[in-house]
Order: sequence, then C-alpha cells, then structure tokens
Amino acid sequence: MVGIVSYGAYIPRYRIKVSDIARVWGKDGEHVSQGLRVKEKAVAAIDEDSCTIAVETAKQALGRADIDPRNIGAIFVGSESKPFAVNPSASTVAEAIGAVPNVTGADLEFACKAGTAGMQAVYGMVKSKMIKYGMAIGADTAQGKPNDALEFTAASGGAAFIIGDQNVIAELEDTCSFSTDTPDFWRRAHQEFPEHGGRFTAEPAYYKHVIGAAEMLREKMGFDYDDFDHVVFHQPNGKFPLRAAKKLKIPFEKLSAGYISPVVGNTYSGNVPLALSAVLDIAKPGEKILVVSYGSGAGSDAFSFKVTPNIKKVRKAPFVKDFIEDKVYIDYAIYAKFRKKIKSI
Amino acid sequence: MRDVAIVGAGMTKFGELWDKSLRELVVEAGAKAIEDANVEGRDIEAIFGGCMASGALTGQEHVGALLADHLGLNPIPSTRVESACASGGLALRTAYTAVASGMYDIVAVGGVEKMTEVSTADVTRALGGAGDQEWELFNGATFPSLYALMARRYMFEYGATEEQLAAVAVKNHHNAMSNPYAQYHREITIKDVMNSGYIASPLKLLDCSPITDGSAAVILTSMDKAKEYTSKPIKIRASAQASDSLALSDRKSLTSINAARVAAQSAFKQAGLSPKDIGMAEVHDCFSIAEILAIEDIGFFKRGEGARATAEGRTAIDGEIAVNTSGGLKACGHPVGATGIKQAIEAVWQLRGEASGRQVKDLEYALTHNVGGSGASVVVHIFERGY
Amino acid sequence: MGENLPLVWRKMPERYRLVGSKCLNCGRIYFPRRKICPHCRRKGKIVDIKMPEKGKIYSFSEVHSAPPGFENELPYFVAIVELQNGIKLFSMLADSPRNKIRIGAPVKMVFRKITENDGKGIIAYGYKFKVL
Repeated sequence: MVGIVSYGAYIPRYRIKVSDIARVWGKDGEHVSQGLRVKEKAVAAIDEDSCTIAVETAKQALGRADIDPRNIGAIFVGSESKPFAVNPSASTVAEAIGAVPNVTGADLEFACKAGTAGMQAVYGMVKSKMIKYGMAIGADTAQGKPNDALEFTAASGGAAFIIGDQNVIAELEDTCSFSTDTPDFWRRAHQEFPEHGGRFTAEPAYYKHVIGAAEMLREKMGFDYDDFDHVVFHQPNGKFPLRAAKKLKIPFEKLSAGYISPVVGNTYSGNVPLALSAVLDIAKPGEKILVVSYGSGAGSDAFSFKVTPNIKKVRKAPFVKDFIEDKVYIDYAIYAKFRKKIKSI
Repeated sequence: MRDVAIVGAGMTKFGELWDKSLRELVVEAGAKAIEDANVEGRDIEAIFGGCMASGALTGQEHVGALLADHLGLNPIPSTRVESACASGGLALRTAYTAVASGMYDIVAVGGVEKMTEVSTADVTRALGGAGDQEWELFNGATFPSLYALMARRYMFEYGATEEQLAAVAVKNHHNAMSNPYAQYHREITIKDVMNSGYIASPLKLLDCSPITDGSAAVILTSMDKAKEYTSKPIKIRASAQASDSLALSDRKSLTSINAARVAAQSAFKQAGLSPKDIGMAEVHDCFSIAEILAIEDIGFFKRGEGARATAEGRTAIDGEIAVNTSGGLKACGHPVGATGIKQAIEAVWQLRGEASGRQVKDLEYALTHNVGGSGASVVVHIFERGY
Repeated sequence: MGENLPLVWRKMPERYRLVGSKCLNCGRIYFPRRKICPHCRRKGKIVDIKMPEKGKIYSFSEVHSAPPGFENELPYFVAIVELQNGIKLFSMLADSPRNKIRIGAPVKMVFRKITENDGKGIIAYGYKFKVL
C-alpha cells in the first residue's frame, strides 16, 4: 500500500482583510469580499518566502512521523513564487531537514498545481521502489499586482506530504491528470507579477479541467461521488470550488473540512495541499477523500485517498485550524512592506 | 622586568572632526605627546598604535606604517595593535612590555579612530565586528543590542531600573563639562536620557557612547630614564589583560564581564593594592550598563550594587571613587582605538594634578579599564606618581 | 553581492538545523560546532549533535538601529535563548508580539531568511526563534 505517511502544514501569521485591500483601490470591500467569498488572506512576514514555508511544512511532516530524514529519497517543491529563479528550494529543504546527500529532487512549477504534481512524482518513485520515502511540498507566497483582482486572494502558505509504503495514513488509491494547453494565467520571465485572462479563467480553464479530472478518475475507478466523505477542489477563491461541487452534485458538507480559502486566501501551489491537510486533521479511519487540484496552463490532478487507522498516530498539533486561528492583522502599508511592494526599498 | 613611566601625553579634541583625516589626527596627537615629553623624535625607538576598524571606517589599513611615516619617524618599527574597543589599552600594554623587558628605552604609543567618514549604518556594522561576526552580527546583532542583553539581564537579576542606568550618562556628561577635550559640553538630566528614544531596549540614545573622531598618544620610557624628560613621570604600577568568549551567549554570566574581573584581580595583585586604594578610575562606559558592570567587576562595589551606587552619587568626582572624570566614553567621546590611550592620559593628568575643574583630591592611585567587544578582551592598568 | 557565500554555505548544518558539537571525553555540548573541546583540548573527541529546537528567553532587546541589510525589519527583537539542554545562543525573534516577550518565555526555532544580500546575492537562511 502506497500513500501518505505523514503531512505538515504552515500558514504565516499575518492576515490582511480583503476589505482593507479594496479600500486602497477605491472598491467596495464588502461587495468584493462577498463576490469572491474570501474574507481575508494570509501574508508571509518580511523574513519569509516560499522556501522558508516549504522548510516549516517539511519539518512538521517529519516531526509527526518517526521517519529518519536520511530515508527521504526525493523532495519536490512546487511553487510559483520561488525566491530564486535558478537555485532550488528542494536542496534547501533537504539540508534543513537533514536529508542530504542521498536525495534527489527539483522545484516544480505548474501554477497552482505544482504541489500535487510533486505528489504524483514521488508516488511513482515510491511505488516503483526507487525510493523508500518521498516528500512533495506545495508552498507559495503568491503575489497579485497591486489593484489587480488577484491581489484580493493571492496568499502565503503551504503543506508537505511524505509518501511511502509503510505506516500509511491515507492510501493513495489512484490518481490521474487532465491537462491541455490553456494559458489562463501566466507570468513571463523577468516579470514581477502574473497576468490573467479575467473571466477566461472560469469555464474553459478551471471548471473544464477540475471537472474533467474528477470525471476521468471516476470513470477510471468506477466510483460514485457519494462514496467520498470529503472532497477537496482547488480554491482560487471561495466561489469556484462551490460551483464545481454543485456541477457534480456534491453537497457542501463534503467540502467543508478543507474549505479554507475564505480565511486563508489562495495559497496557489500550497492551496490543495493545505486543504487536504485540514481534512487529514479531522478525517476518521476508513473515510475516503477526493482531491482535485487545478493549475493554470492548464491541468488538474485528481486523487482518491482512503484514510487508515494509522492516522491517529500522526495526529499531533499544530493543526491547520491552529494556524488559521493564530493570526495578526496588518494594514495595507505593512503588507506592502512585507511583500516588497514598496519599490524604493 | 623594569618599571615603566609615561613621560608625555597629548590628544586631539574628541568629536566630529570633519576637517581632519585619520593621518592628521594621529599627527596632531603624536606631536603633542612628543612635545609634552620633550623628547627628540630621533630618540624614539618604536611605535605602537591602537586602531580598531580603520579599514571598514575609512578604507585605510596599514596604520602602523602610516603612523611612522606621518609622524616623521621612519624607519623605526611601527606596529598596529587591534583588540576591538580595547585596541588603545592593548597598545599601551604592548608598549609597556616592550619597555619593561628592556628591548626599548623610549617608545611612542598612540590610539586613533576616524569614525565620521561613513554612514551610521556602516559604523554600526563595523563596530558589530567587535562581537562574533559569524553568530551575532550575521544574525542581526548590533553592538548596542549586545550590551542591551546584558542590561536587561542585570535589571532582571538585581531589580535595577533604567533611571539608575541613566545616572551614569548624567554623571559623565557633568564631568565632561570641565574637560576641554570632551566631545560634549552639555549637562543632561535623567529625564533627557529617559526621553532620548531606544536604540536597543532598555538602552536609549543617551545610554550610548557617540560616534567620535579622535586620537591620543603617550610616550613611555623606563622609570630610570624618565627623569631626563620630565619632573612629573607617571609610573605604570600594573598592566593586566584577560580574555573571554567572543560570543556573549557563551559567557557564564551576562551580568559580569569575567575578563574584567580576572584582569582587575591580576592588576591589583601586581600592584599589591586593592580596589579601595584607587582614587579615580577611567572605565569603559561604551554604554551605561558597561560602567555599572565595570565598577562591580573591578571590585569597587559588590555585584548588583553598582547601579544603585551610581544613582546615589557614590561614583561622582567627590564620591567614594571618582569614575570617568574625563566624561568617559559617553561624554568625552569614544574614538574606539583612541579610548584606551585617552583613559591613560586622564589618569596622568589627574595624578599630575592638572585636571582643572575635575581634579580628584588626594589622589594616589588611578586605574584604567578598557574593554574589547562585549567583554572578550579587557585591559586594566594602575598608575601612580613616579616623583 | 554574494560576498558571504562561502560563510553562509559552511555553516548550514548549524544555521539550518542547529547541529552542534559534543565532546565524548567530558560530555560537554557546544553550539555552534567547535573543532576542539576547550575543556579537554587534545584529549577531547568532538562529534556532531543536534540541539533541541525549544528553549526559553534568557535575555532580550528590541533593536531600533540596524546594520545594513536589516533596516527594513526594524524594530526587531534579538535574544539570548537558553535551549532545553542549557546551551545558549544569540538569535533574532520572529513573529513575536511585544507583550509576549519576557525573560523565561518559551520559544521554538523557526526557519527564516536572515539576510538577502541586496536582492541579488545568495539568500542566507537560518534559525530564528518564536515565542510560543
């Protein structure tokens, strides 16, 4: 049995309210917040980046399960906000957790789904017995251009999964991907902020791929959506996953455990990993979890997990809910300083 | 080993000396000391110069050669001595050993720092190098923050207050009023210190010694030669030095500088004296807490009593022990490499009875205490009249 | 700049995961690592040992005047942290509100950026501590 043997999440402490961002740009905060179904978003501190977040998640994951870091054979870090254009966060994570030097890895980019792409990569490596354990991390300090719609949701956070074939807490029953060349969101080389296709990001991009992947996995495995106790869809905002669920006739209760975007924002590559972590925090043995990520460009990775009794052994604080609750509000000025949006410094 | 005396002393005014460069400062102080000693330049056999950070602060290294060249003393040997903020004190001690050993009869000893050529941020970084670069400076330490960590712990362990620490600065500013060489001639109050804004809490701007340009120099001879030059030679009764961990976190205590205790005890042993014999002391008050620790480490006061004693005026010029009659590093100024020599000059002037307006009465023995970094090196000297 | 690249690289075991030294001869523990045991000197036998990541504040200060590279973080807290094994180290405090910082407050290690080298050089990562 191959699956998740441990996981770790991290959300930075700082929050900015969507209404505070809206106020700066002369928009109706209440209206924006309701439209996006996002109240506030997590902001990394001035001394954090996607690499430090990746390290924190990796340490949490290692700390929960009694795994010798030297047995981690591969580390993939998915992010669209890497601190270096060239120079991997994967090797920094490996050094920080003591997995060096017998370890492979790389940084992955596929907009918001690089984290789940890493999970598939290490799943394959473990299943083929190339490595004993592999670590997949999705971590971002996502940035929206000032006064762009993305600025209301682009957030910081991430989660790490250790995949292995012993003491599995959630069996990875099957996975598949639905990908096409659909550039609904991009950031050209040397550009600081991403661009996007506005309303184009909805139907031909998000919904087509999320639903396409879910249906592809359903056909492959022959399940019924009712078989799942929990469902995680990528949450670029609070609205899209609800509509995707509605299209598939999945009731909201099944989304609720991992529905974090309203209070965390969209943590991009870290979004589905964080949401899945929140589900694992409360899932009972025997429960089934459907996970579908989405990355612009575009693709969705769908997974079916089955929780095992081992889950109780790794159920150690801090939980995603603890990170969500431990928060300090900052205003737009401090946010601009933390995220280096003040260009003269 | 033979007895050694100071036969001449000279210094520049301390302060922001915008119109003087590093070399002009050393020439001015050196010329004054040579003049005061009434020696011929050609009689000087060697030079020792204390300087901490001329490279980081002015771009100029090779200060030993610079000294010999610009004082017109080529080709005699000239050596730069560096021990962070104790560079001056250690230059004096190095010169002392050179004369005491009989290797030289007459040497010139100087100290200099030119600190106003660069920005305050660059000075902060340069001085931070007095701590542990790899484990303190690298991790965001500033030099004030290291002493602030000592101050916080001292306040925690002994219940001392920020007002008591402030009393150090108030006293030293008062003493500096009658020192024509001092950077500041301005009385301050406890309230001024309390309102001066935190640099590294609990230390405020007026708890900190300033950024200063300056140079100081003395001429040493063997005691038996001294009378050829002056009727008032000042004998170096003891010279001691000790070391401790570079990083503050490796110390056994944050409320005592062990190297200072060891150096002071060694000096008292050499001199056959005890703390109560000392009438005035120039101690290393780079920050107010540093003077409190100094007067405890030397043994003038018990541990934990220094802050209260200072607030009670017991270290004033007319108190039990006159501490920092020059105004100390706080008010006379702290051109880092020059400070140790300036301390010795104040002792010389006090023992000669030339410290007009701040003269300590019936003075027999004077002590100087010069600290490198956060206490990793300490140099202590004891002086008495040689006439 | 990347001027301190070799220094950043050389100290990664300490800075990234608190690796220190233990002398097998006398049992003393050191952080950062030392090449010789100052107590046993030639008789000592030094091996690597991981430090605990939790401890408490031994002393602290709020810094208001920073050296180059730290200006944008002002004001920031620094502390001497006493780890659970008694070892003390100097560290910046991250994400720690003023009202929770006091001598004795429990802290744990976090992994943060220390310096950025002007946005062009290598990023120096390392430990900071956070009040729990």
